Amino acid sequence: MVEITEESKDDIFLIRVKGEIDASSSIHLDNALQSAMKGSNKILVDLTRLEYISSAGLGVFISYIEDLKKTATQMVLFGMQEKVMQVFEILGLSNLITIGATEEEAMTLVNES
Amino acid sequence: MQVSQKFKIRSSFFAGVLSWILFTFFDVYALFLERYKMREELSDTMPQIFLTLFIASTLVYYRYKITKAESINFIDLLWQVFITGLITTLVSLTIQSFFLLFDGNTITTNEIIVNLLYHFYGGAVIVYIVSTFVVWKRLILYQKSKNLIQLWGFFEYALYGSLIFDFFGFEFASNNFLIALVFITGFSVVLSFNLKWIAYLNFKQKWKSILFILLSAIYLYHFLVNLNNFSARGVIVIDMMDRVFVVAIFIFIFLYAVFAILVTLFNLPTSSVFERKLKEAVDFQKLSQAIPSGQSEEQTYEILLESSMSAVFADAAWLEVKNAGESSYYLRNLEKEDIGSLKSNIKTEHIQRVVNFEFDPHQVGSQKIIGTLKSNQYRSILALPVLIKNEQIGCLVLLQEVSDAFNKEMVEIIRTFVSQASISLENARLLGEAIENERYKEQLNIAKSVQKSLLPDKLEESDCLEIAGFSMAADEVGGDYYDLLKYSEDRFGLIVGDVSGKGTSAAFNMAQMKGVFYSLAQLNLSPKEFISKANLALSRCLEKSSFITTSYFDINARTKEIKFVRAGHCPTLVYCQEDKTARYLETKGMGIGLLRNESYDQFIEENTLKLTTGDILLLYTDGITEASNSEGQQFGEEGLQLSFSKHVHKAPHEIEQSIIKDLFDFMGDEKLDDDYTLVILKMK
Repeated sequence: MVEITEESKDDIFLIRVKGEIDASSSIHLDNALQSAMKGSNKILVDLTRLEYISSAGLGVFISYIEDLKKTATQMVLFGMQEKVMQVFEILGLSNLITIGATEEEAMTLVNES
Repeated sequence: MQVSQKFKIRSSFFAGVLSWILFTFFDVYALFLERYKMREELSDTMPQIFLTLFIASTLVYYRYKITKAESINFIDLLWQVFITGLITTLVSLTIQSFFLLFDGNTITTNEIIVNLLYHFYGGAVIVYIVSTFVVWKRLILYQKSKNLIQLWGFFEYALYGSLIFDFFGFEFASNNFLIALVFITGFSVVLSFNLKWIAYLNFKQKWKSILFILLSAIYLYHFLVNLNNFSARGVIVIDMMDRVFVVAIFIFIFLYAVFAILVTLFNLPTSSVFERKLKEAVDFQKLSQAIPSGQSEEQTYEILLESSMSAVFADAAWLEVKNAGESSYYLRNLEKEDIGSLKSNIKTEHIQRVVNFEFDPHQVGSQKIIGTLKSNQYRSILALPVLIKNEQIGCLVLLQEVSDAFNKEMVEIIRTFVSQASISLENARLLGEAIENERYKEQLNIAKSVQKSLLPDKLEESDCLEIAGFSMAADEVGGDYYDLLKYSEDRFGLIVGDVSGKGTSAAFNMAQMKGVFYSLAQLNLSPKEFISKANLALSRCLEKSSFITTSYFDINARTKEIKFVRAGHCPTLVYCQEDKTARYLETKGMGIGLLRNESYDQFIEENTLKLTTGDILLLYTDGITEASNSEGQQFGEEGLQLSFSKHVHKAPHEIEQSIIKDLFDFMGDEKLDDDYTLVILKMK
């Protein structure tokens, strides 16, 4: 089960994810990212309380990589727990998505370019 | 059985004819002897015996001849009585005309002639009363109870008793005669109240039966009068009227006839109601059997409309059924164009909701389904929704030209019809769904066996390496793949792949992956080129959110040199025989499909590894490391490493079994919800 909340901070769209993202709950993440893409070109995703992400969940992030580039949207994920971070690293996804350690760091990263 | 039945009928017929001839012969012969005083008087027991035998044979004959009463053949039974009566009356009239013709002649007073004719006459009467008696019996015993059977049994035994009683030759109206008669008549009265069969006659049949029974009573009266006339001649030796049996049956037949006529007459006005109820029941049955007997939904709607209309005497009706947003109409005495104006003329709110398909089964409030129409040819309306699983799929509307034509009882009947039709339709749909589901299951099973054939049956081994592999899908089909490709005597390509997600979509991609790998295997590529080209090829067929992780090993079994690329896949475990440790091969890499162009190449790297005899490679998919127990803990890379280290001394096949056992022990009662794969390769 996953709980997703959406916030707006200035011109930044912030998504907070709590729980587990598997094949069935990944649709909620997809919906949130979709509205984020519409709402702003600066997106922060808080994964501090993400316990587990399955390959279907990773697929959701992957499916946005192309669109982010096209629309010049900055997306930064932050606060990942070690085992979640490991999943991103093993897959090589950390090479394609900007990842910050904390919210502050993510904030500067998203505003950089 | 049938043969013996026929035999019984035939033999009783011949016995009857024979005993009548003998009875007549002995009686007339005795008269003859007496008249001419040729010898001493002959005892009159012989005629008595044969008369009794004649009666008994006739009883047996009709008992088998007249079939059991069933609701369809009451009138047939009465018709048989009528015909038998007609024939016997003709015999009687012939004899009477003989007397009229020769009136005053000595022949008519000759006691031998008179007795002979009387025997003909008596025979005819016996045949008539016995056959009628059996028909009455059949009618009385229709829908019999245990008590009734007992009572009838007593009655019949009493009648047989009277046959023996008649042997003693008591005269009509003697004391003993009267006692016996009153006794049997008592039974007759009680039994005559059993007239259940009348309720099953329709109006026309009731009139027919009144007619036939009335005629049978008239025959009876006619016979009685004539028997008395014969008796009055004073020359009859054996008078039928002196026999309790004959008189008792006369009384019984007459009593039952009177009762039956009266009851039928009184039942005449109610017969239309009974017929209607019966029709409703039949319609109901038709509806409930409509679908199971293979009729289409359309036919069920037709039956529903037809039976509802006739149940409430509707002048017009329509049934509107919505299927996938499209309405189809079943109309009676209406045009499709009329419906619009009829709908707008409805006064009652609830009915409006029903005809406009806005009915909500959970809604409380007025559920008035009878209403009136303003300014229209039709004044009364009755409308009911047809529901399947609480969803309105149709509405049935019945119309009457007079106002207030529908009542509560009619509503109840229509309600029953509609709900029965709904059940039939729902059952049919459920059955359809079940068949469809069964078909899907079968298709999945086919997919499962197809996919099984995509995985290697047996991995090739060589002198230098030993290998074991195993894969299991969480659902019927999955996205895991492994294979060992043999390039030459010493060179092998080992691959393990995992498509993101699971189930059918993953299975399709897995098949594509195998196709791509097999094509690339022909090109003699380096591992990095292999993965790079696989990425380009598979990027075209993978969905945007799908990706594949894989590890590809190019193994030289002789030199034990290995080149490999990890494309985002779980790092491979390697056991080193020399330092007795198992470690993960942590190298750079990226999953196939993450970057769908040449820039992908910069994120993968080719590594080399030199193994020695006894070293082991363990390849797996994340289904193993991400398997969790009831506390939510994952088996993890540590768990796998630990389990592997425990079993490294075993053969690859045993290592595989042992790791899976450790995994299941860890998980306890939890089930694996991802595909999982293990491949173990040991250098020799």
